[in-house]
Amino acid sequence: MEYLPNIIFVVVLTAGIGFFAKNVKRLSRNIKLGRDVDVSDNTGQRWKNMARIALGQSKMVVRPIAGFLHIIVYVGFIIINIEVVEIILDGILGTHRLFAPLGIVYDGLIGSFEILALLVIVAVTIFWVRRNIIRIKRFIKPEMAGWPKKDGNLILYIELVLMTLFLTMNGADYQLQQMGAAHYTEAGMFPVSQFIAPLFQGMSMSSLILLERTAWWLHIIGILCFLNYLYYSKHLHILLAFPNTYYGKLAPKGQFKNLDAVTAEVKLMMDPSADPFAAPAEDDTAEPAKFGASDVTDLSWVQLLNSYTCTECGRCTDECPANQTGKKLSPRKIMMDTRDRLEEVGKNIDANKGQFVDDGKQLLDGYISREELWACTTCNACVQACPVSIDPLSIIMDMRQYLVMEESAAPTDLNNMMGNVENNGAPWPFNQMDRLNWAKEE
Amino acid sequence: MANELKVPTMAELFAAGQKPEVLFWVGCAGSFDDRAKKITKAFVQLLNKANVSFAVLGTEESCTGDPAKRSGNEFLFQMQAVTNIEVMNAYGINKIVTACPHCFNTIKNEYPGLGGHYEVVHHTQFLKTLFDDNRITLEGGKFKGKRITYHDPCYLGRANNVYEAPRDLIRKLDAELIEMKSCKEKGLCCGAGGAQMFKEPEKGDKDINIERTEQAMETKPEIIAAGCPFCNTMMTDGVKNKEKEGDIAVMDIAELMASAEDL
Repeated sequence: MEYLPNIIFVVVLTAGIGFFAKNVKRLSRNIKLGRDVDVSDNTGQRWKNMARIALGQSKMVVRPIAGFLHIIVYVGFIIINIEVVEIILDGILGTHRLFAPLGIVYDGLIGSFEILALLVIVAVTIFWVRRNIIRIKRFIKPEMAGWPKKDGNLILYIELVLMTLFLTMNGADYQLQQMGAAHYTEAGMFPVSQFIAPLFQGMSMSSLILLERTAWWLHIIGILCFLNYLYYSKHLHILLAFPNTYYGKLAPKGQFKNLDAVTAEVKLMMDPSADPFAAPAEDDTAEPAKFGASDVTDLSWVQLLNSYTCTECGRCTDECPANQTGKKLSPRKIMMDTRDRLEEVGKNIDANKGQFVDDGKQLLDGYISREELWACTTCNACVQACPVSIDPLSIIMDMRQYLVMEESAAPTDLNNMMGNVENNGAPWPFNQMDRLNWAKEE
Repeated sequence: MANELKVPTMAELFAAGQKPEVLFWVGCAGSFDDRAKKITKAFVQLLNKANVSFAVLGTEESCTGDPAKRSGNEFLFQMQAVTNIEVMNAYGINKIVTACPHCFNTIKNEYPGLGGHYEVVHHTQFLKTLFDDNRITLEGGKFKGKRITYHDPCYLGRANNVYEAPRDLIRKLDAELIEMKSCKEKGLCCGAGGAQMFKEPEKGDKDINIERTEQAMETKPEIIAAGCPFCNTMMTDGVKNKEKEGDIAVMDIAELMASAEDL
């Protein structure tokens, strides 16, 4: 019986991490449903981008208030995780405050965790107020109705509860230390929870121990639950921001990729020695490549990674000129739709023994409407705004390519423009032979 | 116009066995749009004044394919690109200057993958170099103290990180450069990019160019400076919509400079 808590702890820990590993596997399988794309270039620059943008939060601080508060929560998350290492080891070994022999270093660590925990509580409260009381515009757009709004608040509540449990645990511990309870040797510095401790005065040692143990267990179980909640929420960015900024676009934002399949066709057309009646090569039985994207499997895996990384902060939508002027397009919705459809496809595959069975749906029309796609000015404001290097514009462009090259479904005005480019080398119906007339006009 | 424009074509120079320092890529707007043609002429005046050896392709120039590509028609884009690249490579062109950020972006970034490798500069960058090299000077002070706000074209700014060359030129005019609330990386689009120029906007509360014009008007400008023929059109329409065309002029940087020089 002596080892019962240790055994329970190991079981809980294994279940929590095991379930998370299962979700990571599913996540990685879904991302790999995307088309392959070569991102093995410029590793130096990619590491630098990850260090600067994800680790260094360089784009978060473009908006100083949200950026500053986010850095608190982010640093809190990383630093307080050192404490989680101790908690896990204590749980497995049945020790209490295993790192206490570090002495003054330990005092400093615990002290800083406490201060960060308090700051996180303050930051998370302000975040909640921004979402629910001030109702900042980007948090109440149509795509945020329902689950996304609930999800956003739920994450704040979980963080609040975790931090409160952490401080309660420390407060009770501190009080027990003062009372000279066995096992609770004096260790750590409690700059915040020492102010909670007086609340516990008058409590018996056994109820204090019960309180401390309850807070300790709920805290670690809460962390494991939160870890597993990630996959079902918008909150995966705490992990995926790192690979996402690593694989982010390196070329100038204005450079859209050239389709190699088209290049091959065009080269053939322009080649005067090509035989137009040549029989196709023997091994040419492969299905011709589909141009552009109408569903998530037509997108690249980096674009799918983008969709899981999006935490729905809405900075992209806030900067989008189409959205600002009341059009239906919202770059954030493009990312949310991509993720939702990808999840749907993933579940379909799980339900059908690893094979996708046509469900008569696709990303185009099923999730993203043509009206949204055609409202984009390709201005790159959304790409610039994203703090974690997501590129909604690339998805919009791939879907436009599908509309135009597979369905010939461009708006009439654009068809006229393209007809002009094709016939007379200008988007307007002017003769190419008149191109230099300006030089002679007064 | 004081002096007749000297606009040599590549074909003429080639026939005479000469090669210019730079190719001036005029672009469709610069060739055909009445408003944009004035920008083209202003820029040529400056090139003539600085004795820059340049040429245009003239009737051998064709749309870069930018509006087709942004519409999703990769096929048409690449047809245009490959055709243009063939012409330019045949002339052995190394350096290109253009007054259109869309042509600039496309030739600079998307042509290399199709065999067109050139040094491409925007006309504001080129003019800045002419100044720095003392090949052209500014006298007069016609714009001294004038309130000028500069609208960043998306395909020059965010797309290619060119923010300072046009601003430096405005400062050289001794004008008072006032920034709009969204500028540089956060500059709001005029509404024309992504082939929107050639179609009606989707349903919404407002047109994008009106929103941007309102931002510009908040700076109480006498002049809205632009570096793109399409932005120029959108902002001009916005100013007209606000019935302010008597008070606010929309001008390209090249026009500001040519006008300062009384060209």
